Amino acid sequence: MIITNGQYVTDLISGNNISIKATIDGETLFVPIDSANRHYAEILRQVDAGTLTIADAD
Amino acid sequence: MTKARTNASASPAVGRNMVINGAMNVAQRSASVTGIGTDGYYTLDRWHINMGTTSAGRLTMSQTADGPNNISANCLKLDCTTVDTSIAAGEFILLSQRFEGQNLQRIGKGVVGAKQVTVSFYVKANAAFTFGLELYDNDNSRQISKLFATTTDWVRHEITFPADVDNGSSPFDDDNANSLNLQFWLHAGSTFTGGTLNTASWANDSSANRAPGIDSFFSSTDNNFFITGVQFEVGPVATEFEQEDFGVTLAKCQRYYHSNTFATGKTVSAGGAVNSTTIAVNAGMPHPVIMRASPTGSVSDGTHFAVRHRTVATVCTSVSLGSDPRSTYFQGNVSSGLTLGDGCFCRSADDACTLAFDAEL
Repeated sequence: MIITNGQYVTDLISGNNISIKATIDGETLFVPIDSANRHYAEILRQVDAGTLTIADAD
Repeated sequence: MTKARTNASASPAVGRNMVINGAMNVAQRSASVTGIGTDGYYTLDRWHINMGTTSAGRLTMSQTADGPNNISANCLKLDCTTVDTSIAAGEFILLSQRFEGQNLQRIGKGVVGAKQVTVSFYVKANAAFTFGLELYDNDNSRQISKLFATTTDWVRHEITFPADVDNGSSPFDDDNANSLNLQFWLHAGSTFTGGTLNTASWANDSSANRAPGIDSFFSSTDNNFFITGVQFEVGPVATEFEQEDFGVTLAKCQRYYHSNTFATGKTVSAGGAVNSTTIAVNAGMPHPVIMRASPTGSVSDGTHFAVRHRTVATVCTSVSLGSDPRSTYFQGNVSSGLTLGDGCFCRSADDACTLAFDAEL
């Protein structure tokens, strides 16, 4: 997967991170913070490898 | 006297087929996608295209109304649109279905009493080819492969694989993760064809032994591959293909993926929605079934959504999603005009309003 532009999305009410908005293989997706999700697992792998960083929410 | 089914002790009369959408009837994403050259889920639900090292070859994957009589009206068709006759070592094409370990416990793999399994399927092609069928244990990196042949007419293949007792050391995990790939090898480089086909018994993964002897689907743009009626069951006998209502199959598929395209003015938020600020709305959207895991959300641009509040509808400027297996938390942003704390609902602003959720393996 080619993943770019990762950024956390926060819940307006609680302020908690609820997903990561990222461009994956050219498509904008909202990836849940759940290690059983294949996109999140790949984000974790690329972050651990130092090839991807996730920006804080706006 | 009625004879008992041969697999009666192993497979139930209903629900014996562990493959989902084996009749190729559900295609939520698209009926046809062209130019496929990378991994992904493209058309028919649950059926994954897996490709290794980048190949020059390209294919079209489609749901085609050309199934064998009395089995299915539909089949999955692959059509080679760009050849690749210079096959790099690491290339491959796999047409696969991936299974949760918790749905495979009936096999008892890797423990005492492990059972044989049988895969059956209807297949045809534009010519005679030899391709491979592999069961790959993703938990323990073990596999076994068999070859099968195509003709230009529909043929049902029935292929039984031996039990894998493996001294009790390689059971499938009893969870919602990917434990097994049932996959058809249609093209492969020497990394996967250079050895001897591992066909007699399950063995630890040795790449060179996974696909020796197969032909290449990418050898000519004349090549087509058709498959349907895929069944995977416990026992040494292929029983009749298990027919299933469309709605049942659709619900099974929705555990892994579901999508909606809304016509203009249709309600998007089935759950409650509230204006959480004067420029933002939060809404709950239940999934049609509990999904395998929290799904990835895909959504059309926010301007395709509107917030219906009091007597007006205000088009969103952007939207975002946060999901769990049961529901999605939708946030829609507008430029102004909402009343804090008011109830509201979300609807489509035009007919390009889409939502999709993916919890595939």
